[in-house]
Amino acid sequence: MTETRTGSPLSAGTTTGGTTKGVSRRTLLKGTAAAAGVAIGSGAITGFPTIWAQNIKNVTLRQFGTGVSNLNAVADKVKEDLGFTLQMTALDSDAVAQRAVTQPKSYDIADIEYWICKKVFPAGVMQPMDVSKIKNFDKIVPIFVNGKLTPESAVAQGTAPHTVGFVEGKDSIKFAKSATQWMTLIPTIYNADTLGIRPDLVGRPISSWKDLLDPAFKGKASIINIPSIGIMDAAMVCEAMGEVKYGDKGNMTKEEIDKTLKIMTDAKKAGQFRAFWKTFDESVNLMSSGEVIIQSMWSPAVAAVRAKGIQCVYQPLKEGYRAWGGGLGIAKHLSGLELEAAYEYINWYLSGWVGAYLNRQGYYSAVLDTAKEHMSPDEWAFWMEGQPAKTDILSPEGKVMEKAGAVRDGGSFQDRMGRVACWNAVMDEDRYMVRKWNEFVAA
Amino acid sequence: MTASAVPSEASSASAAPRSGGVRRSMLRRAVPYLQAGPLALTLLVFLLVPILTIVAVSFWDYDSIRIYPDFVLTNYEELLTSPVTWKTYLNTVKFAALTWVITLLIGFTVAYFLAFHVQSTTWQMVLFLVCTIPFWTSNIIRMISWIPFLGRNGLLNSGLISAGLIDQPLEFLLFSDFAVVLAFVHLYALFMVVPIFNSMMRIDRALVEAARDGGASAAQVVWNVILPLAKPGIAIGSIFVVTLVMGDFITVRLMSGGQSASIGLMIANEISLLQYPAAAANAVVLLAVVLIMVVAMLRIVDIRKEL
Repeated sequence: MTETRTGSPLSAGTTTGGTTKGVSRRTLLKGTAAAAGVAIGSGAITGFPTIWAQNIKNVTLRQFGTGVSNLNAVADKVKEDLGFTLQMTALDSDAVAQRAVTQPKSYDIADIEYWICKKVFPAGVMQPMDVSKIKNFDKIVPIFVNGKLTPESAVAQGTAPHTVGFVEGKDSIKFAKSATQWMTLIPTIYNADTLGIRPDLVGRPISSWKDLLDPAFKGKASIINIPSIGIMDAAMVCEAMGEVKYGDKGNMTKEEIDKTLKIMTDAKKAGQFRAFWKTFDESVNLMSSGEVIIQSMWSPAVAAVRAKGIQCVYQPLKEGYRAWGGGLGIAKHLSGLELEAAYEYINWYLSGWVGAYLNRQGYYSAVLDTAKEHMSPDEWAFWMEGQPAKTDILSPEGKVMEKAGAVRDGGSFQDRMGRVACWNAVMDEDRYMVRKWNEFVAA
Repeated sequence: MTASAVPSEASSASAAPRSGGVRRSMLRRAVPYLQAGPLALTLLVFLLVPILTIVAVSFWDYDSIRIYPDFVLTNYEELLTSPVTWKTYLNTVKFAALTWVITLLIGFTVAYFLAFHVQSTTWQMVLFLVCTIPFWTSNIIRMISWIPFLGRNGLLNSGLISAGLIDQPLEFLLFSDFAVVLAFVHLYALFMVVPIFNSMMRIDRALVEAARDGGASAAQVVWNVILPLAKPGIAIGSIFVVTLVMGDFITVRLMSGGQSASIGLMIANEISLLQYPAAAANAVVLLAVVLIMVVAMLRIVDIRKEL
């Protein structure tokens, strides 16, 4: 229990992961940097960028994070465009959060979700980024700066990215109320999630989250069994049913958690759910085998079901979407040449190539203008404007994802990201929620 | 006895060879320890140390990202006072009991057939090997292959529908307790067959003949002669099956579609949420429960007769 805690995660000491190796490499790098400095200072060499480019080639940045954006294609392109090496490690989100806090020296760049950032950044293991060094900062989608896609849109509930996107100063670990010069994460990838359905089997239009618990789909529904995400989907359902009113779905009280899971438990006991899923492929198999016809789903899973020639729709719902987003953060220990390389990498990340790559996977990128330059007008119209595809739409690997004439589920970027009801979140009553969720699963 | 004789022998020797004799006798006394050493060391490093670590961690404190060395009882408190724990234990024991009864019936029947009805040793061996065929593939594959077979649109349902036996697919076949027990029986029946078969092969055939000569019916022979003599095999098989089912998590998760609970699954969930101390406390309790079950079984049957 929290009362008996001896040290908070914020104050507890940090562990020493792989220091020996790190130090020796860093010392070496410092040496090289100093040598370069001397060379420049002496005026012996005027071709500064060349030398810089030579040195930076020796840099290796270690990035770790969740699977979604740890793409080998990105590491290859970094090597090609920037010259330095990017090592990527993919872990599941719980492991990412733990490693970010307990082994801060084991990575240089953390690719984490915003709700993980809320747990990790206050532990003082990362450094905020100076936005004046981020070239495309003013082009970043405003959701990540002030929480509003357009000036008139409402701020969504949950751990909205802008609430943990800035800190008060260079060495601060306190999240700022509004945008400052110091950004915790540079947003990279985000999306709006909703329910996936089998339009050929549900037999009627689906328009609300509450349809998940419609008795008509008894024994044919499923929900994700990852507590922090599943509880959000459950909350969207209960709110749509009008059974529970939430102050903030992203930060429920114990009473709200109890009420929500009571409704879900009753539904479970009545046989509403066919199964719960935990991994991507489970959700794909449940849907494509017809065991389940309505369930929580991720957008690439919908694409995977469709790739088998089975109808599957990522159904927009009137209550809006549950959104998630991630970004790149820099480890506290990074300095000198490596820090410069990290900034260079982040600037490159926002410069368009990666953005186009992510957009083509059905995710969204943080700076849209630059991504647009790397996409064909038809691709842009399909993915971002919700228009029918004029030609076949290809995945980044060149596989046909959608035939000509197809329209993206949910429509345009504005229609989807403009209707976010809540963000993935970490709650104050996290531990209580997890315990209750396990009771629901065991019920 | 020999060890106690050695010192007196050594003490009767003169001073000079005495030290040599002592050294030799010490060496002789050390030999059994040296012989037991490797196994003791292996058990110490790979069994005792990990278990003690688990016990130690079960008293630590934790939050959502870290664990804190400490001595708190909250992990046990939360575990033992939660109705979910009791429900889950009940459910796991239910799975274990059902699996035990069914595998025992199958195991005893198959072993009896192999041992007493198949006369040639060659055929016994051939049929015995046939029993092991399913074990040539991995556990998980054997389990997963049930899913397309039992599913709503699976082979069994579509077969029954096209045969006109049912109108609606049978929903209880997959993602249910039925599916879980079915998979357990499939996975673990052989663990029952082998030890019972082994016990039965050691039964002196003259006993069976004597019983028959005494006028016992076939059923009486099985009940009064074979069953008591096969008890050690049954006990060993039961230990295998019960401990395997009590500790399982993946079968329950896959075959119940994540909707049923078992202790192993509870521990796996806690580990994935990084609640290591809670998982450790759970593991300690499970270990204790399983040990009690094994001890109880050993009290009923003396398996040392077998070994």
